[in-house]
Amino acid sequence: MSKTIRASLWQPSRRQVLAGAAGLAGMATVPAAVRAAGEPIKIGIIAETSTLPGAAIPKGAQMAADEINAAGGVGGRQIQLVIYDDHVSAVEGVRAFQRLAQQDKVAAVIGSFISEVALAIEPWSARLKMIYITPGAASNDISKHVHDDYDHYKYTFHGWFTSYFIAESASDAAHDILVDDLHMKSCVVMSEDAAWTSPLDDAYLEFLPKAGLAVLDHIRFSPDTTDFTPIFNRIEGKKPDVIITGISHVGVVPTVQWKQQRVPIPMWGVSSQATTSDFWKDTNGACEGVATQTGAGPDSAITPKTIPFTQAYEKKYGITPAYDGYSTYDLVHIIADAITRAGGSTDPDKLVIALEATDHLGTLGRQKFYGRQDRFTHAFEYGPDLMPGVVIQWQNGAQKTVWPKKFATAKVEFPSFVKLPS
Amino acid sequence: MEGVQILVDGFAISALYALGAVGFTLLFGVSGVLNLAHGGTLVVAAMIAWLVATGLHLGTATGALAGVLAGLAFAFATYAAVVRPIQRSRAIPREETEIFILTGTLLWGIMCQTALAYIFTTNPITVPALIGGVVPILGVRTPRNEILIALACWAVIGALWLLINRTRTGKTLLAASINPRGLTLLGFELSRVHLLVWAIYGVLAGFAGVLLATFLGASSDAVGPLTASAFSIVVLGGLGSVGGSLVAAYIVGYLETLTAYLVAPTLRSIPPLIILILVVYLRPQGLLGRR
Repeated sequence: MSKTIRASLWQPSRRQVLAGAAGLAGMATVPAAVRAAGEPIKIGIIAETSTLPGAAIPKGAQMAADEINAAGGVGGRQIQLVIYDDHVSAVEGVRAFQRLAQQDKVAAVIGSFISEVALAIEPWSARLKMIYITPGAASNDISKHVHDDYDHYKYTFHGWFTSYFIAESASDAAHDILVDDLHMKSCVVMSEDAAWTSPLDDAYLEFLPKAGLAVLDHIRFSPDTTDFTPIFNRIEGKKPDVIITGISHVGVVPTVQWKQQRVPIPMWGVSSQATTSDFWKDTNGACEGVATQTGAGPDSAITPKTIPFTQAYEKKYGITPAYDGYSTYDLVHIIADAITRAGGSTDPDKLVIALEATDHLGTLGRQKFYGRQDRFTHAFEYGPDLMPGVVIQWQNGAQKTVWPKKFATAKVEFPSFVKLPS
Repeated sequence: MEGVQILVDGFAISALYALGAVGFTLLFGVSGVLNLAHGGTLVVAAMIAWLVATGLHLGTATGALAGVLAGLAFAFATYAAVVRPIQRSRAIPREETEIFILTGTLLWGIMCQTALAYIFTTNPITVPALIGGVVPILGVRTPRNEILIALACWAVIGALWLLINRTRTGKTLLAASINPRGLTLLGFELSRVHLLVWAIYGVLAGFAGVLLATFLGASSDAVGPLTASAFSIVVLGGLGSVGGSLVAAYIVGYLETLTAYLVAPTLRSIPPLIILILVVYLRPQGLLGRR
C-alpha cells in the first residue's frame, strides 16, 4: 500500500547521515581528486506524500536516480536524493527548501505539485540562487515571474504544462472528440478554488467556445466541499452536454457522488488524481468513464521510454504513476544531463545555462524549456512534436489513452448512466 | 423541483448529523464528558470499514460491521487511556477535572488525526455504498444509498429511544443523567453506568462514521470539523438533551442545504454558525436545554 511511503521516505536521509559520517572519516586518507570524483551529487525532493499526486514525486525521482546510479552515475558520481515532506503547507515547503539549500547543500531541488507551495518557494530559489523545478504545479505565474524578472528568478524552472496549455490541450481534445465525434455543443466549467485553476479557467473560457462548446456556467467551489449534490444539481439545471473539470486537490468525493447520484453528464478536463491507479481503489471504481488531460498514460507510446517507465513503476510500486511521477522521473534525468554538460559543475549559474540548453527525450516527449523572450519563460515547451499532452480515460478499470489519435489505444466510452447527445 | 431536491438532500444530511451528534450529547448528559476526540471516533470507524471492505476485499457489510466495532474500540480506548485516568487522578483538583478532560480528549483527537494521516494519508476515502442505484422521488433522482442512510440513522436513533425509555438499563442511564448521587445511593455502580454509556456512544459514533463514509467520504482532515459540527449541533440543541440535538441537527442540515442550493455551495457552513452565536447570546442553555 502506498500509505507506508512516509516511513521509507525518511530512510534515505538517515542513511545519508551515516554515509556522510563515513565520508568525513574517510576524508583524512583519501586524496582530494578522488574524493571529488566519488562525492555524490545531491538532489533535493519536496513532496506531499499524503496526497495521490504528491506521492508520485519521490517515487519517480527514486526510479531515475537508481537508473542513473546503476549506469555509473554522473561522471562517476552517484545521485543521492534528500527527501522532505511539506505536508501540503507552503511554510513547510519553504523551510524544506531552505534546509536543502543551506544544510544539505543539494545541487537542485525538484518539489511540490501545488502551485501555492511552488509560488512560495520561487522567491527563495531567487534569493538562495538554488535551482528549483516544480514537477507538477501549473500556475502561469511561476514562469511569468521568471519572464518578468529574469535576472533574479532565472533559477526557477517549470517542469510541467502551464495552466494555459493544459486548458488548450483539454479544449483541443474536446473539439476532436466531444464536438466532432459526439456532437456536443455546450459545457459547464467546474473547478476547485486554487491558484492553478484561476489561469486554467480563464483559458478554458477562451478556448472552449473556439473548440465548439458554449460555456453555459462557470462554477468554482471550495476544496473543502463534501456534498456535491447542490453543485451537480445546478449544473444539470443548465443542461450542458459535458462538465469540464479543473480538479486536483479534490477528486475522490465529487467522483464518487457523480457515480452514486448517476449524474447523466460526462466529466472531461483535468482530474489530476485520476492519473494514478490508486484513484480507482480510493473511489471504489467510481471513476469509470472519467477523462483527464495529462502528460502520458500507462499505454501512451509517446516516446520509446514512456511505456517501459510505466511498467517498471507499476512493478515496483503496484500502482500507475500519477502525472508528476513521469515529470519528476524526466526532471532527475534532465538535471543529471545538465550537470554533465556543465562539465560536472553544480554552480547554479552554470546549471541555469545548461538547463536552458536542454533537449531531452523523456517519458513525456521531447523536452525543452521556453526562453527568456517567450511568454512562459523556463516552462516546458508544449506542442505536438515536443510534449504533446494526452487525454486518458478510465475504462473497465484501466487507463486508456483516447487523444490524440496518434497515441489513442481506445475510443471514448462512458458509463451507461451518462446520456450523450443523439 | 429544486424545493423537493432540497427536502430530499437535506433530510439525508440531517439524519447523518443527528446520528453523529446524538451519542456525543448522550455521553455528556450521562457522564458529563465532552469528548473532543469525537471526530476521531467517526473517522477511525470510517477508515477501518474502508480498509476491511476494499483493502481486504471482505465486502461492504463485513466492512461496516468492522467499522462499528472499531468505533466501539476507539471509544473504550478514549475512556481507558484519557478520560478515566484524569477522573481518577488525585493530582488534578476536582473542579478542574472537566477542563482536563476537554484538553485531554482534544489532544487525543489530534494524535488520532496525525496517526490516521500517517497510516491512511490525508486523501478522503469512501466506503462502497451498501446498495447502488437511484430511485426517483417526486421527480428527484435520489441515490438508494441516501435513502438507506436516512432510514438507518432513524432506525438506530429509534433503537436508542427504546433502550432509554423502555428498558431498565436505559432508565439507569436516565437516572445517572438526572441524579448520579441518588443512583449510587440505590446501590448502582456509577463506573459501570459510565462504561455502558461509552459503549453506546462508540456504537452510535461508529455507525455514523461508516454511513458518513458511504456518502460524503472521510479523511483524517475531517477529524476537527466533524467534532466542531457535532459540538455546534449539541450546543444549539442544548447540552445533554438528545431531543434537542435531533431538532438542532435538522435545523443545521437544512440551513446548510438551503444555503448550498440557493446562495452558494462554498458558504454552506456559515449560517449555522451565525445561528449558533445568536443562540449562545440569547438562549445559552440551547433550544431544549435543561438549565
